[in-house]
Amino acid sequence: MGRKEKTSTVVIRLIIAIIIAIYVLFPFYLVVINSCKTTNDITSNPIGLNGISFSQLIKNLVDVINNTHFLFWDAFTCSVVITFLSLIFLAVFGGMAGWVICRNNKKKWAMAIYFTFIASMIIPFQVVMLPLIATFRDVGKFVGISMLQSIPGIVFAYCGFGGAMTVFILTGFIKGIPFDLEEAASIDGCAPEQIYFKVIFPLLKPVITTVTILNGMWIWNDYLLPSMMLGQNGRVKTLPVAVQAFVGSYVKEWNMILAAALLAIVPMIVIFLFAQKQIMSGMIEGAVKG
Amino acid sequence: MSDFSMSRKLASFVCLIGGAALLIISLIMDASKSGVTYRGAFLVIGIIGMLVGLFIFPTLKYHRTLMNIVFLFPLLFAFLVTVSIPLILGIRYSFTNWDGIRFTKEVGFDNYIKMFQQPSFIWSILITFLFVVVNMIMVNVVAFLLALLCTSKIKGLGFFRASYFLPNLIGGIVLGYIWQFIFANVVTKLTTAISGNRYSMLAETSTAFVAIIIVYVWQYAGYIMLIYITGLNTVPGDVLEAAAIDGTTPIQTLFQIKIPMIAPTITICTFLTLTSAFKQFDVNLALTNGTGSVADFMGAYLTNGTEMLALNIYNTAVIKDNYALGEAKAVLFFIILAAVSILQVRISNSKEVEL
Repeated sequence: MGRKEKTSTVVIRLIIAIIIAIYVLFPFYLVVINSCKTTNDITSNPIGLNGISFSQLIKNLVDVINNTHFLFWDAFTCSVVITFLSLIFLAVFGGMAGWVICRNNKKKWAMAIYFTFIASMIIPFQVVMLPLIATFRDVGKFVGISMLQSIPGIVFAYCGFGGAMTVFILTGFIKGIPFDLEEAASIDGCAPEQIYFKVIFPLLKPVITTVTILNGMWIWNDYLLPSMMLGQNGRVKTLPVAVQAFVGSYVKEWNMILAAALLAIVPMIVIFLFAQKQIMSGMIEGAVKG
Repeated sequence: MSDFSMSRKLASFVCLIGGAALLIISLIMDASKSGVTYRGAFLVIGIIGMLVGLFIFPTLKYHRTLMNIVFLFPLLFAFLVTVSIPLILGIRYSFTNWDGIRFTKEVGFDNYIKMFQQPSFIWSILITFLFVVVNMIMVNVVAFLLALLCTSKIKGLGFFRASYFLPNLIGGIVLGYIWQFIFANVVTKLTTAISGNRYSMLAETSTAFVAIIIVYVWQYAGYIMLIYITGLNTVPGDVLEAAAIDGTTPIQTLFQIKIPMIAPTITICTFLTLTSAFKQFDVNLALTNGTGSVADFMGAYLTNGTEMLALNIYNTAVIKDNYALGEAKAVLFFIILAAVSILQVRISNSKEVEL
């Protein structure tokens, strides 16, 4: 189709694409090479390859991992646990709530819940963060479980904040599942909850992948909520909070800071290399529906 | 179906009664201020027990209603505690002298009046709006051009798309420090070589502002590009073919076919960049921490030259320990965002009608 394009325009386009790619990827290159240098080598030449050595990289990484402000393994484990638990709860409870809302879409209460969720998506975190801490402190005192500086508390908070978008995307998908399927199951003697878990939930796999990617990117990289809820110097902290605390204590030791940055970005990039297609299409779907 | 097994009945009642008992015990323990640590566990187990009891309650008539409640409860409860209650409390606290823990008196609109008397806050509002507008235009233009590039015929499309998107994976804090390094070391070396200017871009307010935009475009354009690519791919091939037969130039195709046809996508992207730029906090914190001097603004010397609204709210409340004032600013922030969102929805709806 279309007309044939001249080879020269194709080549020019390719060159432009390569130049942009170099520009976009250059910061990553800088992080990697400067993690392999000493501070002196960085100040003398931050771009070149002089002074890089594998042993220096190991030394920087070990220094960072053992640093008392960073506590890499603690932070990494916490980040993984918090993200993982939040994603599971959001997927399970979000699916349940979304299905109930969808199947009662003629009823006023269901629509009221649905529109409350949608409207809440414009609430910026800043307006709730200060009273949130006070509320969680009170709730924690009341129930006797610490809600601040604890993993259950922050997972609970992520369920609350992620719930709206999750339900919104899930209801959009569930609407498209033919009702005949459920009727057939109901005639076969399935109770409603069996219909959900045996018929509907397995069908939700693609959309659950989407919300998991969207929520996962957000929760893993989130800084403000964990820094408010967990504090900068507690034992429970996520990677972004740890990086912030670490940089605050190591002014201008760039080889250490970049080694910390490297540790923080590698997990994400590894996951991206394996699930590139899903992540990119998930992000698109989330944007188009949100 | 009509007969429920004895065991199910029994299980349901045990769960209900046991759960209620645990709940009451934990509430009594709470009221009597006994410092028993397991009362929290009692409470949680009690609630779960009651939910399970309701769920397997032997009734056909009300089963659906009970099940709806059980299915909706977890998320709604979390939403109530983390969003609804704090929002209402927050709006209420903004009219008091709240210090983060308690308040002693109502102050009416004092906080709202006070914040408009701070030149630093007015400055924050102004540069936030400036940032949002510049950023919205820059990100959308860059992303659209990238999308055109990535939908044309070149080799290695998959690689280019993925690498342009890559910065979006990284959180603002880490990214901010990486760029702080780049501006402090690499860019300064370049400017020294070219113009002899040995100061970092981040040291001066205006250039630091440009730096934040550079970083933000670098991070966000790849994501918006993906959405534009999806939009451009929905333009039917036969329309483009017909246009080509009619002898349109590529520029005409772009402005008279492609852009009008992806108008909904443009609305989505505008909205996304707008709200995300308003809310942006991490990059601002890590890159400049809001520093930058302004010699004379409304008769005052300011040191928060690059402090956007979100960071200003955080600094007011958490760093300067003025919670009520910070909350009042946050409420204003919320109102601005809500107004922008409503405007956007209006615009996109009216456009759809026209089409």
